[in-house]
Amino acid sequence: MKYLGIDPQKVRVGVFDFTGCEGCELQLANKEDSLLDFLSLLEVVNFREVSSDRGDDYDVALIEGNISRADEIDRLKDIRAKAKVLVAIGSCACFGGVNQQKNRFELDDVVKEVYGDHKVETDKVKRIADVVKVDLEIPGCPVSKEEVERIVVNVVLGAEIKIPKYPVCVECKQKVNTCVVDLGQICLGPVTRAGCDAVCPSGKVGCLGCRGPAEDANFESLKQILMDKGHSDSAIVERLRFYGAFNGTVG
Amino acid sequence: MIQKTNMKINVHHLTRVEGHGNINVTVRDGKLVDARWEVVETPRFFEAILRGKPHDLAPTLTSRICGICSIGHTLASLRAVERAMDVEVPKNAQLLRLLAKHGETIQSHVLHVFFLAAPDLLNVDSVIPLIQSHPAVVGVAVRLKGLGNDLCDLAAGRTTHPVSLVVGGLSKAPKKKELQAMRQRLQERLADVATAVEVFKGLALPDFVRETEFVALKGESSYPWIGGDLVSTDGVVKSEDDYLAMTNEYKEDFTTSKFTKLSRESFAAGALARFNNNYEFLCKEAKETAEMLGLAPVNHNPYMNNVAQLIEIQHVMVESVEIIDELLAADLDDVCAEYEVKAGQGVGAVEVPRGILYHDYTIDDQGSITKANCIIPTTQNNANIHHDLPELVTQQIELGKSDEEVTKLCEMLVRAYDPCISCSVH
Repeated sequence: MKYLGIDPQKVRVGVFDFTGCEGCELQLANKEDSLLDFLSLLEVVNFREVSSDRGDDYDVALIEGNISRADEIDRLKDIRAKAKVLVAIGSCACFGGVNQQKNRFELDDVVKEVYGDHKVETDKVKRIADVVKVDLEIPGCPVSKEEVERIVVNVVLGAEIKIPKYPVCVECKQKVNTCVVDLGQICLGPVTRAGCDAVCPSGKVGCLGCRGPAEDANFESLKQILMDKGHSDSAIVERLRFYGAFNGTVG
Repeated sequence: MIQKTNMKINVHHLTRVEGHGNINVTVRDGKLVDARWEVVETPRFFEAILRGKPHDLAPTLTSRICGICSIGHTLASLRAVERAMDVEVPKNAQLLRLLAKHGETIQSHVLHVFFLAAPDLLNVDSVIPLIQSHPAVVGVAVRLKGLGNDLCDLAAGRTTHPVSLVVGGLSKAPKKKELQAMRQRLQERLADVATAVEVFKGLALPDFVRETEFVALKGESSYPWIGGDLVSTDGVVKSEDDYLAMTNEYKEDFTTSKFTKLSRESFAAGALARFNNNYEFLCKEAKETAEMLGLAPVNHNPYMNNVAQLIEIQHVMVESVEIIDELLAADLDDVCAEYEVKAGQGVGAVEVPRGILYHDYTIDDQGSITKANCIIPTTQNNANIHHDLPELVTQQIELGKSDEEVTKLCEMLVRAYDPCISCSVH
């Protein structure tokens, strides 16, 4: 792929996964119409899910998942020491994702519920930024493949990287969707950062806030509107806590 | 015969599989001392997290168990909730869900056969060098994968972590115009399957046989995907609700994944297990492909799972065209049933790409989940992989194979099961 007629120097990329479903890294292989062009920009030196080649000489490290065991901390610090740019991809890496819901329970209790009396090592879920310095965060559950491609291409070209600050409602209105709040659902679109093309409300399902807070999000106002429509405080809070993206802003 | 006296294989974090697992083999004085498949993935405790959740968030939450088969998890979760609360899902919604399921089978099988397994058969590290050396094959793979993803997007709103599959049916149905266009693409892409079959005819899969019990859903009138009785090639038949007696989970200390067993020390699930149990229900074209590729039931070579996946890709593409024809003749305005929240317990068994997936929920009268159990296909396959390894290594050291050759065959064996390790340690 050429940019302004110039072949940019290939950037060496490593993709690494921690605790999670690996759905975000799969997005990197999922955009079939531009996949081959995208790959031609990069030299993938370490991507365990798709390649047996394992190099340590990467410029950019893409990190998926969160941290929930001691050995992951050492592995992550080692990657940080080698990478020039470290990018957290997906809601698990950025906010703890659905996995942080475990933190509401006692660790002994969750282990006993799943494994009975067997000992299994696990810690409270941490975000990537809780453990190492993160240069860039790309949220989403899963990440939008278009956004990751755009951002990685911009990293390669040294161009400015922009992630929308406005809420999902803006994208949803542009698509002329019927508002799902008017259809009786709880939707976090008014307080959630856009960039997903409003994929959930476009499917007539309320937003659960996987991309984290939009700029100047007014939680109290949204809560009041939803409660006026008959939704309970606990139902709203359950959704705000779903991906851990609003922890600190809600109880 | 030259025998290897000593061999130490230690594959730490096997590549080209989903999730983290290690292969450890020790051979001393020509004798196998130990061969293990260790899953070291960090568990996420979904069953514990589900407690107290509103039932309608369970499918959204559990789809995050897996980045590859999230539609399968959503469908198993929905089926468990809907059976617990006696929700009747409209026929057209059932058809659309099956269409989403078929999209997932295509994208997941293509990912495995072409991107993860094929590099071994062509002696490269990944699919990336094949872009230069085998552009036609990569073209087929990319087009078929795109087709699978687009079918998921169309029927479920998104491929990874679907949007519009909700309790009662679907929140939104695709437009008929879109279904019509998809029908045409499915038919066109069957030519790519034919090309792939030609390529596979020229590739030799390892010759290894270990007699195995295969477990799958039991077809009644069609190749089974969602719900119904459970069957094994050893003659066991049980109802969907009796899944615990079909899986018999237990825990070993060296692995974070549980193991399962039925009539023997382990069993296999997945494409080959479905093929072995339900061959008669495959479409004519898929049966012809099976014959061309030398696969007949009951086949006990685990490497043939790759071939069974290719056959299933073709079968679901043909069936998807039939489903679309049925949908085009139907009224798609109402694809979601109203339901009343009530207490109950329900099991959902769904054939996902890697085998049968079970979700089992108990729900209280407020609609909250009080107890959850999920049994994952790779959890079922982990014990079988673990028991295949010593047999494979023993056979190979008798043939005088080198460390390098045995290592590659062990890696290929694990990959053949297409393990979804994150999923198995959910």
